[in-house]
Amino acid sequence: MSGYLVRRLIESALILLGITFVTFVLLYMVPADPARQIAGRSATAETVANIRDQLGLNDPLFVQYFRYLGNLLQGDMGRSYLQRAEVADLIAARLPASLLLMVSAIVTELILGLTIGVVAALRRNRPADHTLMIFSFVSISAPQFVIGILLLYVFSVQFGWLPIGGYGTFAHLILPSITLGFLGAGWYSRMMRSSMIDVLEQDFVRTARAKGLSRLHIITRHVMPNAILPVIAMIGIDIGLFMSGIVVVESVFGWPGIGQLAWQAIQRVDIPVIMGVTMVSATAIVLGNLIADLVAPLIDPRIKTK
Amino acid sequence: MSDAQTLRPKSQSRFIVVISELMRRPRAAFGMAVIMVMVFGAVFAPLIMPHDPFEQSFDGLDLMGGPLPPGGDYLLGTDLLGRDLASRLILGTRTSLIIGLVANGIAVILGASVGIAAGFFGGWTAAILMRFTDLMMAFPALLLAIVLAAIFQPSLMIVALVIAMVNWVQMSRVIYTETRSLAEREFIQVQRAIGSSSLRILGKHLLPHLLSSIVVFGTLGISTTVLLEATLSFLGVGVQPPMPSWGNIIFENQTYFSTAPWLVFIPGLLIVLLALAFNLVGDALRDILDPTLKGRHG
Repeated sequence: MSGYLVRRLIESALILLGITFVTFVLLYMVPADPARQIAGRSATAETVANIRDQLGLNDPLFVQYFRYLGNLLQGDMGRSYLQRAEVADLIAARLPASLLLMVSAIVTELILGLTIGVVAALRRNRPADHTLMIFSFVSISAPQFVIGILLLYVFSVQFGWLPIGGYGTFAHLILPSITLGFLGAGWYSRMMRSSMIDVLEQDFVRTARAKGLSRLHIITRHVMPNAILPVIAMIGIDIGLFMSGIVVVESVFGWPGIGQLAWQAIQRVDIPVIMGVTMVSATAIVLGNLIADLVAPLIDPRIKTK
Repeated sequence: MSDAQTLRPKSQSRFIVVISELMRRPRAAFGMAVIMVMVFGAVFAPLIMPHDPFEQSFDGLDLMGGPLPPGGDYLLGTDLLGRDLASRLILGTRTSLIIGLVANGIAVILGASVGIAAGFFGGWTAAILMRFTDLMMAFPALLLAIVLAAIFQPSLMIVALVIAMVNWVQMSRVIYTETRSLAEREFIQVQRAIGSSSLRILGKHLLPHLLSSIVVFGTLGISTTVLLEATLSFLGVGVQPPMPSWGNIIFENQTYFSTAPWLVFIPGLLIVLLALAFNLVGDALRDILDPTLKGRHG
């Protein structure tokens, strides 16, 4: 296990290194001139040239890349071109809002998804099962911006129950969490359903039934604890979905997190910020996958960690 | 997917069997019906559009200069510029389907090629290709797509390419795993032992076994593609107005969603329907083509 852990850690570090390189090259190709962006439209060519020089934008790609990498390893992500602030500070200021949203979305999707999955499995092939599975198909087919605007329309505009966007209170958190968790709820309900069905067909469930245990007892004490584990193991992978989702959800709801930061940075070609958010997201995804891989063999010892 | 062609000639009957199996399942039949209606709309768009989708008509606005609600001369109402929504949606069907097919087609070919090459040749080829796949998997997909779309000025084909670049990874993972386990089976080992060329083994013995997965994940992938295109267009970095796409119709009108909800929810419903249709058909195909998975996903 420890050998496996070391190997996975090294692999993860290499993947992150690769991502810094690919992202850097991609952003290097952006046609907009950052120096012109900083100097503004009315600046003279000389000023722009000076800024280019100061930022080291005239150096070859590899010189710029290794300088960036060197700074990154010391925790320095550079300065925003357009906001007078360090990228690391900008991200640190925004990260708590995004984390809050993601944690609350995980809770939402687990409650929704697991409940639907359990009910569907227990009512297998009956009308309730069919209806719930159609719901789960719809939830994995609906773009997040449509769900978000629909929820806003119903609960904020029509009924006026919840705020129309923004950040601060629990009421602000409800709609963005449902929007972000909606897709995952669909996946979890299908996984939970098939996991439940698998467990229900196991011998130990038949034994429990033969012992004369009540149906409720069998379901809650024998089936659900076994069925839920492989589903829980997927949470790490969700982080990847969320890192894409928050860009849309935060922009629909005006949620002040790193998704909104990234979206604003992309629109204004603020390259250090785009680079920074991409790295933070990629790190989160790599960590999530790593956790998922490490948890899987603990839950199911049949999975070998060679 | 041209499964009709690739399955021919020996298994032309199998294609018909699969189609009739699909039509017997209510969910899949619904999906097929939606797809057929949308394809019809896309192909015959110029004939069935009630108005010119680009014409900013004065009649298309109310006295206050606002968009018209559904009903009357403009069946689904008009947008903020007084253009007929129904016509724009019909033309938008083309955008969605073209991107769905082109982007996903590229993703399928690229993903399957990478997966087969890595799984069949193993060793260094596999190590390099699969590490690169891991790297792509760790990229925040939407962020990558937005950055790519921003770098290259978004046109229809660029958007399709960007989506393909983001979406091929899943396919290559699936095909890699399958190819690797197939390559160790006796019937492939025998071919290697009697000295068949790699190309022959790949084409005649491996590919037919991989076809089911390619068809299943290819179909499911169209749904992902449609959603990604809609999202990019909604953010303003996908298909550019005035060319209508369901996503950019919502992008153009979203600020008025409380007063003119039809401009957001009708295109939204179409996006959900099309993505849902491909998901339902893909899921049914998985059941039909891979009996070992039966019941686990339905």
